[in-house]
Amino acid sequence: MVENRFWLNLISHGVLALGVLLVAFPIWIAFVASTYPAQALVTGTVPLWPGDQLLENFGRVLGTGSDSSVGVSVALMLFNSLVMALGIALGKIAISVLAAYAIVFFRFPLRMFCFWLIFMTLMLPVEVRIIPTFQVVADLGMLNSYTGLTLPLIASATATFLLRQFFMTVPPELAEAARVDGAGPIRFLIDILLPLSRTNLAALFVIMFIYGWNQYLWPLLITTSEDYYTVVMGIQRMLAVGDGEVAWNEVMPTTLLALLPPVGVVLMMQRLFVKGLIETEK
Amino acid sequence: MPRLVRGAGHFVMSNISSERVPAFDSHWLPWLLVLPQLLITLVFFIWPAAQAVWQSFLMEDAFGLSTEFVGLENYQLLFTDPGYYKTLWTTVIFSAGVTALSMGLSLTLAVMADQVVRGAQVYKTLLIWPYAVAPAIAGVLWLFMFHPTVGVLAYLLDQLGYEWNHFLNGDQAMLLVIIASAWKQISYNFLFFLAGLQAIPRSLHEAAAIDGAGPLRRFITITFPLLSPTTFFLLVINVVYAFFETFGVIHAVTQGGPGDATRTLVYNVYDDGFVGLDLGGSAAQSVVLMLLVGALTVVQFRYVERRVQY
Repeated sequence: MVENRFWLNLISHGVLALGVLLVAFPIWIAFVASTYPAQALVTGTVPLWPGDQLLENFGRVLGTGSDSSVGVSVALMLFNSLVMALGIALGKIAISVLAAYAIVFFRFPLRMFCFWLIFMTLMLPVEVRIIPTFQVVADLGMLNSYTGLTLPLIASATATFLLRQFFMTVPPELAEAARVDGAGPIRFLIDILLPLSRTNLAALFVIMFIYGWNQYLWPLLITTSEDYYTVVMGIQRMLAVGDGEVAWNEVMPTTLLALLPPVGVVLMMQRLFVKGLIETEK
Repeated sequence: MPRLVRGAGHFVMSNISSERVPAFDSHWLPWLLVLPQLLITLVFFIWPAAQAVWQSFLMEDAFGLSTEFVGLENYQLLFTDPGYYKTLWTTVIFSAGVTALSMGLSLTLAVMADQVVRGAQVYKTLLIWPYAVAPAIAGVLWLFMFHPTVGVLAYLLDQLGYEWNHFLNGDQAMLLVIIASAWKQISYNFLFFLAGLQAIPRSLHEAAAIDGAGPLRRFITITFPLLSPTTFFLLVINVVYAFFETFGVIHAVTQGGPGDATRTLVYNVYDDGFVGLDLGGSAAQSVVLMLLVGALTVVQFRYVERRVQY
Protein backbone atom coordinates (compact mmCIF):
# COMPACT_ATOMS: atom_id res chain seq x y z
CA MET A 1 0.00 0.00 0.00
CA VAL A 2 1.25 3.45 -0.84
CA GLU A 3 0.60 5.18 2.44
CA ASN A 4 2.17 4.84 5.85
CA ARG A 5 0.22 2.10 7.52
CA PHE A 6 1.69 2.47 10.98
CA TRP A 7 -1.15 4.45 12.54
CA LEU A 8 -3.83 2.55 10.69
CA ASN A 9 -2.36 -0.68 11.97
CA LEU A 10 -2.11 0.61 15.51
CA ILE A 11 -5.73 1.78 15.55
CA SER A 12 -6.87 -1.54 14.10
CA HIS A 13 -5.06 -3.53 16.77
CA GLY A 14 -6.42 -1.20 19.44
CA VAL A 15 -10.03 -1.61 18.31
CA LEU A 16 -9.64 -5.37 17.95
CA ALA A 17 -8.13 -5.72 21.41
CA LEU A 18 -11.02 -3.70 22.79
CA GLY A 19 -13.46 -5.97 20.96
CA VAL A 20 -11.81 -9.10 22.32
CA LEU A 21 -11.97 -7.68 25.85
CA LEU A 22 -15.62 -6.70 25.44
CA VAL A 23 -16.48 -10.17 24.24
CA ALA A 24 -14.51 -11.90 27.01
CA PHE A 25 -15.48 -9.59 29.88
CA PRO A 26 -18.68 -11.44 30.92
CA ILE A 27 -16.73 -14.70 31.17
CA TRP A 28 -14.10 -13.08 33.39
CA ILE A 29 -16.76 -11.72 35.71
CA ALA A 30 -18.49 -15.09 35.84
CA PHE A 31 -15.19 -16.74 36.62
CA VAL A 32 -14.41 -14.26 39.39
CA ALA A 33 -17.85 -14.69 40.91
CA SER A 34 -17.28 -18.45 40.91
CA THR A 35 -14.36 -18.04 43.26
CA TYR A 36 -16.11 -16.31 46.17
CA PRO A 37 -18.37 -17.46 48.98
CA ALA A 38 -22.02 -16.46 48.76
CA GLN A 39 -21.91 -13.56 51.20
CA ALA A 40 -19.08 -11.83 49.31
CA LEU A 41 -21.40 -11.40 46.33
CA VAL A 42 -24.41 -9.84 48.01
CA THR A 43 -22.72 -6.92 49.70
CA GLY A 44 -22.96 -4.65 46.68
CA THR A 45 -19.46 -4.40 45.26
CA VAL A 46 -18.35 -7.28 43.11
CA PRO A 47 -14.63 -7.98 43.23
CA LEU A 48 -12.72 -7.96 39.95
CA TRP A 49 -10.00 -10.34 41.05
CA PRO A 50 -10.53 -14.06 41.85
CA GLY A 51 -10.92 -15.30 45.41
CA ASP A 52 -10.09 -18.69 46.85
CA GLN A 53 -13.38 -20.60 46.74
CA LEU A 54 -13.15 -21.86 43.15
CA LEU A 55 -12.90 -25.58 43.90
CA GLU A 56 -15.45 -25.41 46.71
CA ASN A 57 -18.05 -23.75 44.47
CA PHE A 58 -17.51 -26.06 41.52
CA GLY A 59 -17.41 -29.06 43.82
CA ARG A 60 -20.69 -28.07 45.42
CA VAL A 61 -22.64 -27.54 42.19
CA LEU A 62 -21.27 -30.71 40.62
CA GLY A 63 -21.86 -32.80 43.69
CA THR A 64 -25.16 -33.41 45.43
CA GLY A 65 -24.52 -30.89 48.19
CA SER A 66 -26.08 -28.03 46.24
CA ASP A 67 -28.76 -26.16 48.14
CA SER A 68 -30.04 -24.39 45.04
CA SER A 69 -33.68 -24.44 44.04
CA VAL A 70 -33.14 -27.28 41.57
CA GLY A 71 -33.24 -30.65 43.23
CA VAL A 72 -30.68 -32.35 41.02
CA SER A 73 -26.95 -31.85 40.71
CA VAL A 74 -25.44 -29.92 37.86
CA ALA A 75 -23.48 -33.06 36.98
CA LEU A 76 -26.75 -34.80 36.08
CA MET A 77 -27.92 -31.78 34.07
CA LEU A 78 -24.62 -31.78 32.18
CA PHE A 79 -25.05 -35.47 31.47
CA ASN A 80 -28.58 -34.85 30.16
CA SER A 81 -27.27 -32.04 27.95
CA LEU A 82 -24.58 -34.34 26.60
CA VAL A 83 -27.09 -37.06 25.79
CA MET A 84 -29.34 -34.55 24.09
CA ALA A 85 -26.54 -32.90 22.10
CA LEU A 86 -25.02 -36.19 20.95
CA GLY A 87 -28.41 -37.72 20.23
CA ILE A 88 -29.48 -34.76 18.12
CA ALA A 89 -26.16 -34.39 16.29
CA LEU A 90 -25.75 -38.08 15.46
CA GLY A 91 -29.45 -38.55 14.77
CA LYS A 92 -29.59 -35.63 12.37
CA ILE A 93 -26.51 -36.83 10.53
CA ALA A 94 -27.68 -40.44 10.32
CA ILE A 95 -31.12 -39.80 8.87
CA SER A 96 -29.86 -36.99 6.64
CA VAL A 97 -27.14 -39.16 5.11
CA LEU A 98 -29.72 -41.81 4.26
CA ALA A 99 -32.22 -39.31 2.83
CA ALA A 100 -29.62 -37.43 0.78
CA TYR A 101 -28.22 -40.73 -0.51
CA ALA A 102 -31.65 -41.85 -1.68
CA ILE A 103 -32.39 -38.54 -3.36
CA VAL A 104 -29.09 -38.31 -5.24
CA PHE A 105 -28.33 -41.91 -6.16
CA PHE A 106 -31.79 -43.32 -6.87
CA ARG A 107 -34.83 -42.50 -8.94
CA PHE A 108 -38.17 -43.15 -7.34
CA PRO A 109 -41.69 -41.81 -7.57
CA LEU A 110 -42.35 -38.69 -5.46
CA ARG A 111 -38.61 -38.13 -5.09
CA MET A 112 -38.94 -34.37 -5.45
CA PHE A 113 -42.03 -34.35 -3.27
CA CYS A 114 -39.97 -35.92 -0.47
CA PHE A 115 -37.30 -33.34 -1.03
CA TRP A 116 -39.69 -30.41 -0.67
CA LEU A 117 -41.36 -31.97 2.34
CA ILE A 118 -37.99 -32.06 4.08
CA PHE A 119 -37.42 -28.50 2.90
CA MET A 120 -40.60 -27.41 4.72
CA THR A 121 -39.00 -28.12 8.09
CA LEU A 122 -36.86 -25.02 7.56
CA MET A 123 -40.00 -22.94 7.79
CA LEU A 124 -41.34 -24.62 10.90
CA PRO A 125 -39.08 -24.06 13.89
CA VAL A 126 -40.39 -25.26 17.28
CA GLU A 127 -41.13 -21.66 18.21
CA VAL A 128 -44.05 -21.42 15.78
CA ARG A 129 -45.77 -24.68 16.71
CA ILE A 130 -45.23 -24.97 20.44
CA ILE A 131 -48.54 -26.39 21.69
CA PRO A 132 -49.36 -28.93 18.95
CA THR A 133 -45.83 -30.35 18.98
CA PHE A 134 -46.06 -30.70 22.74
CA GLN A 135 -49.38 -32.51 22.29
CA VAL A 136 -47.92 -34.97 19.77
CA VAL A 137 -45.00 -35.75 22.08
CA ALA A 138 -47.35 -36.10 25.05
CA ASP A 139 -49.63 -38.46 23.08
CA LEU A 140 -46.63 -40.60 22.20
CA GLY A 141 -45.70 -40.80 25.88
CA MET A 142 -42.34 -39.16 25.33
CA LEU A 143 -42.49 -36.43 27.97
CA ASN A 144 -39.63 -36.67 30.45
CA SER A 145 -37.51 -39.02 28.38
CA TYR A 146 -34.33 -38.90 26.36
CA THR A 147 -36.31 -39.95 23.30
CA GLY A 148 -38.55 -36.95 23.75
CA LEU A 149 -35.57 -34.64 24.11
CA THR A 150 -33.88 -35.82 20.92
CA LEU A 151 -36.14 -37.58 18.42
CA PRO A 152 -38.51 -34.69 17.56
CA LEU A 153 -35.57 -32.42 16.75
CA ILE A 154 -33.55 -34.67 14.46
CA ALA A 155 -35.27 -33.91 11.17
CA SER A 156 -32.84 -31.67 9.32
CA ALA A 157 -33.31 -29.90 6.05
CA THR A 158 -29.94 -28.19 6.46
CA ALA A 159 -27.97 -31.41 6.83
CA THR A 160 -29.90 -33.12 4.05
CA PHE A 161 -29.23 -30.20 1.66
CA LEU A 162 -25.56 -29.98 2.52
CA LEU A 163 -25.02 -33.70 2.03
CA ARG A 164 -27.08 -33.72 -1.13
CA GLN A 165 -24.90 -30.96 -2.51
CA PHE A 166 -21.78 -32.87 -1.60
CA PHE A 167 -23.04 -36.18 -2.98
CA MET A 168 -23.78 -34.51 -6.29
CA THR A 169 -20.10 -33.63 -6.67
CA VAL A 170 -19.19 -37.31 -6.44
CA PRO A 171 -18.65 -38.53 -10.02
CA PRO A 172 -21.35 -41.01 -11.10
CA GLU A 173 -18.56 -43.13 -12.58
CA LEU A 174 -17.50 -43.99 -9.04
CA ALA A 175 -20.83 -45.63 -8.33
CA GLU A 176 -20.72 -47.21 -11.77
CA ALA A 177 -17.29 -48.71 -11.02
CA ALA A 178 -18.43 -49.95 -7.64
CA ARG A 179 -21.42 -51.62 -9.24
CA VAL A 180 -19.31 -53.29 -11.92
CA ASP A 181 -17.09 -54.63 -9.16
CA GLY A 182 -20.13 -56.15 -7.55
CA ALA A 183 -20.76 -53.70 -4.70
CA GLY A 184 -24.37 -53.10 -3.77
CA PRO A 185 -25.79 -49.70 -2.86
CA ILE A 186 -25.34 -50.18 0.89
CA ARG A 187 -21.74 -51.27 0.46
CA PHE A 188 -21.06 -48.27 -1.79
CA LEU A 189 -22.51 -45.95 0.84
CA ILE A 190 -20.49 -47.40 3.71
CA ASP A 191 -17.18 -48.15 2.01
CA ILE A 192 -16.89 -45.31 -0.47
CA LEU A 193 -19.32 -42.45 0.04
CA LEU A 194 -19.08 -42.03 3.81
CA PRO A 195 -15.26 -42.06 3.92
CA LEU A 196 -15.31 -39.46 1.13
CA SER A 197 -17.65 -37.20 3.09
CA ARG A 198 -15.96 -37.42 6.45
CA THR A 199 -14.85 -33.76 6.52
CA ASN A 200 -18.39 -32.64 5.73
CA LEU A 201 -19.81 -35.00 8.33
CA ALA A 202 -17.39 -33.72 10.96
CA ALA A 203 -18.23 -30.08 10.17
CA LEU A 204 -21.93 -30.89 10.37
CA PHE A 205 -21.39 -32.68 13.65
CA VAL A 206 -19.75 -29.61 15.22
CA ILE A 207 -22.63 -27.33 14.21
CA MET A 208 -25.33 -29.80 15.21
CA PHE A 209 -23.69 -30.58 18.55
CA ILE A 210 -23.79 -26.89 19.45
CA TYR A 211 -27.37 -26.66 18.22
CA GLY A 212 -28.40 -29.62 20.38
CA TRP A 213 -26.53 -28.54 23.48
CA ASN A 214 -28.01 -25.05 23.36
CA GLN A 215 -31.68 -26.05 23.04
CA TYR A 216 -33.79 -24.17 25.56
CA LEU A 217 -37.47 -24.00 24.65
CA TRP A 218 -37.80 -27.69 23.82
CA PRO A 219 -36.51 -29.12 27.13
CA LEU A 220 -38.51 -26.41 28.89
CA LEU A 221 -41.68 -27.71 27.24
CA ILE A 222 -41.31 -31.43 27.64
CA THR A 223 -39.54 -31.91 30.96
CA THR A 224 -41.43 -31.59 34.20
CA SER A 225 -39.21 -34.02 36.07
CA GLU A 226 -35.97 -32.47 37.24
CA ASP A 227 -34.17 -35.70 36.37
CA TYR A 228 -34.36 -34.72 32.72
CA TYR A 229 -33.40 -31.06 33.00
CA THR A 230 -30.61 -29.96 30.70
CA VAL A 231 -28.11 -27.50 32.07
CA VAL A 232 -28.94 -24.67 29.64
CA MET A 233 -32.60 -24.83 30.58
CA GLY A 234 -32.16 -25.81 34.25
CA ILE A 235 -30.12 -22.74 35.08
CA GLN A 236 -33.20 -20.56 34.75
CA ARG A 237 -34.68 -22.43 37.72
CA MET A 238 -31.71 -21.43 39.85
CA LEU A 239 -32.56 -17.79 39.17
CA ALA A 240 -36.25 -18.14 39.93
CA VAL A 241 -36.06 -18.04 43.70
CA GLY A 242 -38.79 -15.47 44.19
CA ASP A 243 -37.84 -12.96 46.87
CA GLY A 244 -34.87 -14.96 48.12
CA GLU A 245 -31.26 -14.25 47.28
CA VAL A 246 -29.95 -15.85 44.13
CA ALA A 247 -26.95 -18.03 44.95
CA TRP A 248 -24.67 -16.34 42.45
CA ASN A 249 -21.64 -18.26 43.60
CA GLU A 250 -23.47 -21.37 42.38
CA VAL A 251 -25.20 -19.90 39.36
CA MET A 252 -21.96 -18.59 37.87
CA PRO A 253 -20.00 -21.87 38.05
CA THR A 254 -23.05 -23.56 36.51
CA THR A 255 -23.07 -20.96 33.73
CA LEU A 256 -19.42 -21.65 33.00
CA LEU A 257 -19.99 -25.40 33.01
CA ALA A 258 -22.93 -24.93 30.63
CA LEU A 259 -20.96 -22.95 28.09
CA LEU A 260 -17.63 -24.77 28.32
CA PRO A 261 -18.45 -27.90 26.25
CA PRO A 262 -19.81 -26.13 23.13
CA VAL A 263 -17.19 -23.35 23.35
CA GLY A 264 -14.50 -26.00 23.72
CA VAL A 265 -15.76 -27.77 20.62
CA VAL A 266 -15.63 -24.51 18.64
CA LEU A 267 -12.12 -23.62 19.78
CA MET A 268 -10.68 -27.10 19.32
CA MET A 269 -12.28 -27.68 15.94
CA GLN A 270 -12.21 -24.16 14.65
CA ARG A 271 -11.52 -25.06 11.04
CA LEU A 272 -14.35 -27.58 10.90
CA PHE A 273 -16.63 -25.18 12.75
CA VAL A 274 -16.07 -22.33 10.28
CA LYS A 275 -16.53 -24.72 7.36
CA GLY A 276 -19.75 -26.05 8.87
CA LEU A 277 -21.09 -22.61 9.66
CA ILE A 278 -20.43 -21.17 6.23
CA GLU A 279 -21.73 -24.18 4.36
CA THR A 280 -24.87 -24.82 6.34
CA GLU A 281 -25.70 -21.15 6.73
CA LYS A 282 -28.89 -22.27 8.43
CA MET B 1 -14.58 -17.04 -1.56
CA PRO B 2 -17.96 -15.60 -2.53
CA ARG B 3 -18.79 -18.95 -4.04
CA LEU B 4 -18.30 -20.53 -0.66
CA VAL B 5 -20.41 -17.98 1.13
CA ARG B 6 -23.67 -19.05 -0.27
CA GLY B 7 -26.53 -20.97 1.10
CA ALA B 8 -28.85 -23.83 0.64
CA GLY B 9 -31.07 -21.65 -1.49
CA HIS B 10 -28.77 -21.51 -4.40
CA PHE B 11 -28.32 -25.18 -4.93
CA VAL B 12 -31.92 -25.95 -4.17
CA MET B 13 -33.00 -23.63 -6.95
CA SER B 14 -30.25 -24.27 -9.47
CA ASN B 15 -29.73 -27.99 -9.15
CA ILE B 16 -33.32 -28.94 -8.89
CA SER B 17 -33.57 -29.66 -12.58
CA SER B 18 -30.11 -31.07 -13.17
CA GLU B 19 -31.02 -34.72 -13.24
CA ARG B 20 -28.29 -37.23 -13.15
CA VAL B 21 -28.38 -40.82 -14.20
CA PRO B 22 -29.44 -42.94 -11.24
CA ALA B 23 -26.54 -44.97 -9.96
CA PHE B 24 -28.57 -47.78 -8.51
CA ASP B 25 -31.84 -49.41 -9.32
CA SER B 26 -34.20 -50.49 -6.61
CA HIS B 27 -37.89 -50.04 -6.05
CA TRP B 28 -37.96 -50.30 -2.30
CA LEU B 29 -34.50 -49.31 -1.03
CA PRO B 30 -34.73 -45.54 -1.67
CA TRP B 31 -38.06 -45.44 0.16
CA LEU B 32 -36.53 -47.23 3.08
CA LEU B 33 -33.67 -44.72 3.10
CA VAL B 34 -35.82 -41.59 3.15
CA LEU B 35 -38.37 -43.11 5.50
CA PRO B 36 -36.79 -42.07 8.86
CA GLN B 37 -36.38 -38.46 7.78
CA LEU B 38 -39.88 -38.39 6.28
CA LEU B 39 -41.52 -39.95 9.32
CA ILE B 40 -39.96 -37.47 11.73
CA THR B 41 -40.77 -34.58 9.43
CA LEU B 42 -44.40 -35.66 9.14
CA VAL B 43 -44.98 -36.58 12.79
CA PHE B 44 -43.12 -33.73 14.50
CA PHE B 45 -43.23 -30.92 11.94
CA ILE B 46 -45.99 -31.13 9.34
CA TRP B 47 -48.67 -32.68 11.56
CA PRO B 48 -48.23 -30.21 14.46
CA ALA B 49 -48.17 -27.33 11.99
CA ALA B 50 -51.43 -28.57 10.47
CA GLN B 51 -52.83 -28.93 13.99
CA ALA B 52 -51.89 -25.34 14.77
CA VAL B 53 -53.79 -24.18 11.70
CA TRP B 54 -56.83 -26.29 12.69
CA GLN B 55 -56.75 -25.18 16.34
CA SER B 56 -56.65 -21.56 15.28
CA PHE B 57 -60.22 -22.03 14.02
CA LEU B 58 -61.41 -23.52 17.31
CA MET B 59 -62.26 -22.02 20.65
CA GLU B 60 -62.60 -23.63 24.06
CA ASP B 61 -65.11 -22.48 26.62
CA ALA B 62 -63.88 -20.97 29.87
CA PHE B 63 -63.67 -24.34 31.62
CA GLY B 64 -62.01 -26.19 28.77
CA LEU B 65 -64.96 -28.60 28.64
CA SER B 66 -66.08 -28.11 25.08
CA THR B 67 -64.58 -26.86 21.88
CA GLU B 68 -66.36 -25.30 18.98
CA PHE B 69 -65.48 -24.21 15.49
CA VAL B 70 -65.40 -20.43 15.39
CA GLY B 71 -63.91 -19.70 11.98
CA LEU B 72 -61.74 -16.65 11.97
CA GLU B 73 -62.80 -15.38 15.39
CA ASN B 74 -59.40 -16.09 17.00
CA TYR B 75 -57.76 -14.03 14.29
CA GLN B 76 -60.34 -11.30 14.72
CA LEU B 77 -59.65 -11.16 18.45
CA LEU B 78 -55.92 -11.20 17.81
CA PHE B 79 -55.93 -8.35 15.33
CA THR B 80 -58.23 -6.17 17.41
CA ASP B 81 -56.14 -6.71 20.54
CA PRO B 82 -53.99 -3.64 21.26
CA GLY B 83 -51.76 -5.86 23.41
CA TYR B 84 -50.78 -7.89 20.35
CA TYR B 85 -49.74 -4.80 18.42
CA LYS B 86 -47.73 -3.71 21.41
CA THR B 87 -45.99 -7.10 21.42
CA LEU B 88 -45.34 -6.75 17.71
CA TRP B 89 -43.85 -3.30 18.25
CA THR B 90 -41.71 -4.57 21.15
CA THR B 91 -40.41 -7.33 18.86
CA VAL B 92 -39.59 -4.82 16.13
CA ILE B 93 -37.68 -2.58 18.54
CA PHE B 94 -35.89 -5.55 20.03
CA SER B 95 -34.91 -6.99 16.63
CA ALA B 96 -33.78 -3.63 15.30
CA GLY B 97 -31.67 -3.11 18.42
CA VAL B 98 -30.06 -6.54 18.32
CA THR B 99 -29.40 -6.35 14.57
CA ALA B 100 -27.97 -2.83 14.59
CA LEU B 101 -25.79 -3.32 17.66
CA SER B 102 -24.45 -6.69 16.69
CA MET B 103 -23.86 -5.93 13.00
CA GLY B 104 -22.33 -2.54 13.77
CA LEU B 105 -19.79 -3.98 16.19
CA SER B 106 -19.03 -6.97 13.97
CA LEU B 107 -18.50 -4.86 10.88
CA THR B 108 -16.12 -2.55 12.75
CA LEU B 109 -14.14 -5.49 14.08
CA ALA B 110 -14.12 -7.30 10.73
CA VAL B 111 -12.85 -4.21 8.88
CA MET B 112 -10.07 -3.88 11.42
CA ALA B 113 -9.19 -7.57 11.26
CA ASP B 114 -9.11 -7.38 7.47
CA GLN B 115 -6.64 -4.51 7.71
CA VAL B 116 -4.07 -5.78 10.18
CA VAL B 117 -0.99 -7.24 8.61
CA ARG B 118 -0.44 -9.83 11.30
CA GLY B 119 -2.64 -11.55 13.83
CA ALA B 120 -5.98 -11.65 11.99
CA GLN B 121 -6.24 -15.38 12.68
CA VAL B 122 -5.66 -14.88 16.41
CA TYR B 123 -8.37 -12.24 16.62
CA LYS B 124 -10.69 -14.53 14.71
CA THR B 125 -10.16 -17.30 17.26
CA LEU B 126 -10.74 -14.87 20.13
CA LEU B 127 -13.94 -13.50 18.62
CA ILE B 128 -15.82 -16.52 17.31
CA TRP B 129 -16.40 -18.53 20.47
CA PRO B 130 -19.52 -16.69 21.77
CA TYR B 131 -21.38 -18.31 18.88
CA ALA B 132 -21.34 -21.50 20.94
CA VAL B 133 -22.90 -19.88 24.01
CA ALA B 134 -26.63 -20.56 24.32
CA PRO B 135 -28.81 -17.42 24.22
CA ALA B 136 -30.17 -18.20 27.69
CA ILE B 137 -26.64 -18.53 29.09
CA ALA B 138 -25.63 -15.25 27.45
CA GLY B 139 -28.66 -13.74 29.15
CA VAL B 140 -27.60 -15.02 32.56
CA LEU B 141 -24.05 -13.69 32.11
CA TRP B 142 -25.28 -10.18 31.31
CA LEU B 143 -28.02 -10.33 33.92
CA PHE B 144 -25.34 -10.89 36.55
CA MET B 145 -23.31 -7.90 35.38
CA PHE B 146 -26.33 -5.61 35.28
CA HIS B 147 -27.98 -6.94 38.44
CA PRO B 148 -29.03 -3.88 40.48
CA THR B 149 -27.67 -5.21 43.76
CA VAL B 150 -24.66 -7.33 42.79
CA GLY B 151 -23.79 -6.37 39.22
CA VAL B 152 -20.45 -4.82 38.28
CA LEU B 153 -21.88 -2.64 35.55
CA ALA B 154 -24.92 -1.60 37.58
CA TYR B 155 -22.49 -0.57 40.33
CA LEU B 156 -20.38 1.36 37.84
CA LEU B 157 -23.44 3.15 36.47
CA ASP B 158 -24.50 3.94 40.00
CA GLN B 159 -21.12 5.55 40.68
CA LEU B 160 -21.63 7.64 37.58
CA GLY B 161 -24.93 8.82 38.97
CA TYR B 162 -27.17 6.69 36.78
CA GLU B 163 -29.63 4.48 38.54
CA TRP B 164 -29.93 1.07 36.91
CA ASN B 165 -32.73 -1.30 37.84
CA HIS B 166 -34.08 -3.33 34.96
CA PHE B 167 -36.50 -5.09 37.28
CA LEU B 168 -38.46 -1.84 37.47
CA ASN B 169 -37.46 0.08 34.37
CA GLY B 170 -38.83 -1.36 31.13
CA ASP B 171 -36.44 0.50 28.85
CA GLN B 172 -33.47 -0.75 30.81
CA ALA B 173 -34.81 -4.31 30.68
CA MET B 174 -35.13 -3.99 26.91
CA LEU B 175 -31.58 -2.67 26.65
CA LEU B 176 -30.31 -5.57 28.75
CA VAL B 177 -31.88 -8.30 26.59
CA ILE B 178 -30.72 -6.48 23.45
CA ILE B 179 -27.12 -6.36 24.69
CA ALA B 180 -27.12 -10.01 25.78
CA SER B 181 -28.63 -11.18 22.47
CA ALA B 182 -26.32 -9.00 20.36
CA TRP B 183 -23.21 -10.15 22.25
CA LYS B 184 -23.82 -13.75 21.29
CA GLN B 185 -24.42 -12.87 17.65
CA ILE B 186 -21.21 -10.85 17.15
CA SER B 187 -19.26 -14.01 16.24
CA TYR B 188 -21.54 -15.06 13.44
CA ASN B 189 -21.66 -11.61 11.86
CA PHE B 190 -17.92 -11.15 12.28
CA LEU B 191 -17.13 -14.40 10.45
CA PHE B 192 -19.34 -13.58 7.49
CA PHE B 193 -18.25 -9.95 7.27
CA LEU B 194 -14.61 -11.00 7.36
CA ALA B 195 -15.18 -13.60 4.63
CA GLY B 196 -16.96 -10.95 2.56
CA LEU B 197 -14.16 -8.43 3.08
CA GLN B 198 -11.45 -10.90 2.17
CA ALA B 199 -13.26 -11.61 -1.08
CA ILE B 200 -12.84 -8.00 -2.22
CA PRO B 201 -9.76 -7.80 -4.48
CA ARG B 202 -6.83 -5.95 -2.90
CA SER B 203 -6.07 -4.26 -6.21
CA LEU B 204 -9.24 -2.16 -5.93
CA HIS B 205 -8.02 -0.69 -2.65
CA GLU B 206 -4.56 -0.12 -3.98
CA ALA B 207 -5.80 1.63 -7.11
CA ALA B 208 -8.00 3.92 -4.99
CA ALA B 209 -5.14 4.60 -2.58
CA ILE B 210 -2.86 5.57 -5.45
CA ASP B 211 -5.57 7.92 -6.67
CA GLY B 212 -5.43 9.57 -3.27
CA ALA B 213 -8.48 8.12 -1.48
CA GLY B 214 -7.99 7.81 2.28
CA PRO B 215 -9.04 4.77 4.34
CA LEU B 216 -12.47 6.16 5.26
CA ARG B 217 -13.27 7.18 1.71
CA ARG B 218 -12.15 3.80 0.43
CA PHE B 219 -14.46 2.13 2.92
CA ILE B 220 -17.46 4.24 1.87
CA THR B 221 -16.95 4.08 -1.88
CA ILE B 222 -15.47 0.61 -2.35
CA THR B 223 -15.73 -1.72 0.62
CA PHE B 224 -19.24 -1.02 1.79
CA PRO B 225 -20.96 -1.25 -1.63
CA LEU B 226 -19.10 -4.45 -2.48
CA LEU B 227 -20.03 -5.85 0.89
CA SER B 228 -23.73 -5.16 0.48
CA PRO B 229 -24.71 -8.74 -0.46
CA THR B 230 -23.14 -9.99 2.77
CA THR B 231 -24.76 -7.18 4.72
CA PHE B 232 -28.19 -7.97 3.33
CA PHE B 233 -27.80 -11.67 3.99
CA LEU B 234 -26.77 -10.97 7.57
CA LEU B 235 -29.67 -8.56 7.98
CA VAL B 236 -32.12 -11.36 7.24
CA ILE B 237 -30.26 -13.87 9.43
CA ASN B 238 -30.15 -11.42 12.35
CA VAL B 239 -33.82 -10.59 12.13
CA VAL B 240 -34.66 -14.30 12.12
CA TYR B 241 -32.33 -14.77 15.09
CA ALA B 242 -33.86 -11.90 17.05
CA PHE B 243 -37.42 -12.99 16.29
CA PHE B 244 -37.14 -16.70 16.95
CA GLU B 245 -33.95 -17.74 18.68
CA THR B 246 -33.81 -15.29 21.57
CA PHE B 247 -36.65 -16.85 23.51
CA GLY B 248 -34.10 -18.17 26.02
CA VAL B 249 -32.76 -14.70 26.76
CA ILE B 250 -36.22 -13.25 27.39
CA HIS B 251 -37.47 -16.22 29.39
CA ALA B 252 -34.40 -16.55 31.61
CA VAL B 253 -33.73 -12.84 32.18
CA THR B 254 -36.96 -10.83 32.19
CA GLN B 255 -39.90 -13.22 31.71
CA GLY B 256 -41.31 -10.63 29.36
CA GLY B 257 -41.34 -7.96 32.05
CA PRO B 258 -41.33 -5.61 33.79
CA GLY B 259 -44.96 -5.20 32.79
CA ASP B 260 -44.90 -6.27 29.15
CA ALA B 261 -41.78 -4.29 28.29
CA THR B 262 -39.84 -7.22 26.81
CA ARG B 263 -42.72 -9.42 25.71
CA THR B 264 -41.85 -10.51 22.17
CA LEU B 265 -44.06 -12.42 19.72
CA VAL B 266 -42.52 -15.82 20.45
CA TYR B 267 -42.60 -15.26 24.20
CA ASN B 268 -46.25 -14.27 23.83
CA VAL B 269 -47.14 -17.50 21.99
CA TYR B 270 -45.45 -19.52 24.71
CA ASP B 271 -47.02 -17.57 27.55
CA ASP B 272 -50.56 -17.45 26.11
CA GLY B 273 -50.57 -21.08 25.05
CA PHE B 274 -48.37 -23.01 27.42
CA VAL B 275 -48.86 -20.98 30.56
CA GLY B 276 -52.19 -19.23 29.94
CA LEU B 277 -53.72 -22.23 28.10
CA ASP B 278 -55.50 -20.09 25.50
CA LEU B 279 -55.05 -22.73 22.81
CA GLY B 280 -57.03 -21.07 20.02
CA GLY B 281 -55.41 -17.68 20.50
CA SER B 282 -51.95 -19.18 20.75
CA ALA B 283 -52.57 -21.27 17.63
CA ALA B 284 -53.66 -18.20 15.68
CA GLN B 285 -50.44 -16.46 16.75
CA SER B 286 -48.47 -19.54 15.70
CA VAL B 287 -50.01 -19.37 12.23
CA VAL B 288 -49.09 -15.68 11.95
CA LEU B 289 -45.51 -16.57 12.94
CA MET B 290 -45.41 -19.40 10.39
CA LEU B 291 -46.34 -16.97 7.64
CA LEU B 292 -43.62 -14.66 8.89
CA VAL B 293 -40.92 -17.37 8.88
CA GLY B 294 -42.12 -18.49 5.46
CA ALA B 295 -41.80 -14.95 4.11
CA LEU B 296 -38.35 -14.51 5.64
CA THR B 297 -37.19 -17.85 4.23
CA VAL B 298 -38.38 -16.90 0.77
CA VAL B 299 -36.58 -13.53 1.00
CA GLN B 300 -33.42 -15.27 2.14
CA PHE B 301 -33.47 -17.82 -0.65
CA ARG B 302 -34.39 -15.50 -3.45
CA TYR B 303 -31.63 -13.21 -2.40
CA VAL B 304 -29.06 -15.99 -2.19
CA GLU B 305 -29.81 -16.69 -5.84
CA ARG B 306 -28.88 -13.15 -6.83
CA ARG B 307 -25.84 -12.59 -4.73
CA VAL B 308 -23.78 -15.08 -6.72
CA GLN B 309 -23.54 -12.61 -9.59
CA TYR B 310 -21.17 -10.17 -7.96
